[in-house]
Amino acid sequence: MLRSVSHKMLPTVSLVGFIAVWQFAASFWPPELFPSPLVVAKAFRELADMGVLWSHIGVSLARFTTAYLAAIIFAIPLGLFLGRNPLCRHAIDPLVQVLRPISPIAWFPLAVLWFGIGNAPAIFIIFLAAFYPVLLSTISAVVGIPPVYLKVANNFGAKPGAVFLRVIIPAAFPGIMVGLHIAVGTAWIHLVAGEMLGAQSGLGYMIVDARNFLRTDWIMAGMLLIGIIGLVINQAMRRAEQWLGRRWGGVA
Amino acid sequence: MTTPKIKLCAAEKHYSSPQGEDVIALAPVNLEIAKGEFVCLVGPSGCGKTTLINLMAGFEKTTAGTVTIDGRPVKGTDPDHIMIFQDYGLYPWRTVLGNVLFALEAKGLKKKEAVEKATEYIELVGLTKFTESFPHQLSGGMKQRVAIARALAVEPSVLFLDEPFGALDAFTRMYLQDELLRLWQEKRPTVVFVTHDLEEAVYLGGRVVLMAPGPGRVQKVIDIRLPWPRERTGDSLGKYRRELFEEFHLVHQQASGEAEYVI
Repeated sequence: MLRSVSHKMLPTVSLVGFIAVWQFAASFWPPELFPSPLVVAKAFRELADMGVLWSHIGVSLARFTTAYLAAIIFAIPLGLFLGRNPLCRHAIDPLVQVLRPISPIAWFPLAVLWFGIGNAPAIFIIFLAAFYPVLLSTISAVVGIPPVYLKVANNFGAKPGAVFLRVIIPAAFPGIMVGLHIAVGTAWIHLVAGEMLGAQSGLGYMIVDARNFLRTDWIMAGMLLIGIIGLVINQAMRRAEQWLGRRWGGVA
Repeated sequence: MTTPKIKLCAAEKHYSSPQGEDVIALAPVNLEIAKGEFVCLVGPSGCGKTTLINLMAGFEKTTAGTVTIDGRPVKGTDPDHIMIFQDYGLYPWRTVLGNVLFALEAKGLKKKEAVEKATEYIELVGLTKFTESFPHQLSGGMKQRVAIARALAVEPSVLFLDEPFGALDAFTRMYLQDELLRLWQEKRPTVVFVTHDLEEAVYLGGRVVLMAPGPGRVQKVIDIRLPWPRERTGDSLGKYRRELFEEFHLVHQQASGEAEYVI
């Protein structure tokens, strides 16, 4: 009993410890250079009171959602198609292998040239960040379907459409879900980069803007906020995964 | 014998190995199987028994020779000839009912009719209580019963079983052997049963086809003239068992390279 309580307390203890160390370390530098937790907390309040915080969060989330959904809409069907066509997969593999290691951030100059300043380049970068994990995990999920599933379906005379909808998609689903989960992480990380470079709003922009005014407390508040929202999105994703996993007969 | 249900005329199968060599998986086989017969294919690994059943079920094509069922050449799989696999081939995202329904829906049955039929066959294999369970909640033996129910639900005229009880413990295996015999006697499909277990082959089969490796071929066909249900420890079965074991030892000596086979 005591053990389980202390086990649950452990993350809280380390969090409190971290804040204490931070507070202690910050006392050696002026607040403009290294703001203490207390100063950052005040900055949060300030930003919230100014009203800009909520609009930045809203803009960032909207971009994130748009780009993430667009990546899913393109990557899953393409992945399903390539997973089922060894010949096309073989043909396209070198292309994917060359394009994939290029950091989405490296696309930034072209993205601005093509799409200008604003939402579009940021969305494009987040899209790229989410696209490859979903594409690759979808392909490997389809390739990894146990052959016996397809043998059984063919043996019973299931039509190709039914095989696709009732065997291939559900069988690949847990693997696709893994890609979706990874993509949430990479997309959220690149959201900030995308907004730091080309946008006039959003959390990434907020950090760059704060730097221009040397408001380190706002910078740290922005950083923390990105971390916390990332955590919430990830937790939501995990919940969704567990729920779906139960429905999928415990495979996920 | 009247017109055979399944007929193989010099059916053979070659593969090309990764090195480009021609490998004979199955040397020409002539075999006739009558309607409603229970035939066991038995032999050590590499004897071509799985290749042979795959040719009959339409999962593989012959390199030369012909395989006909009901007088028609086998060109591919057929919903009238259902294969049951060792690893069950159940869909983990579907319940027991859903798995049986899959087969009936593929056949084109209306939903209501399909549910009635599925329920009937789930009852036939004694899994009514588990209708809404998912495969991962079932034991291996229960999973194979679901696969059997799914196969029988479409009322196939031929049932192929490829080492169906190979992954099960001895007690479950014996129980399912008796279950299979009961279902066979009730529905009377033609059954082709692949196993590497000589005991199993003798206990189940009306005929046992003993196969030998290097290259895969039919060594001997033994008629087991005993009615079912048979007594596992009975003297009459023992006679056939001895015959098969002696023949198998001959095969074993011929293929002495395969040291993995110890009885």
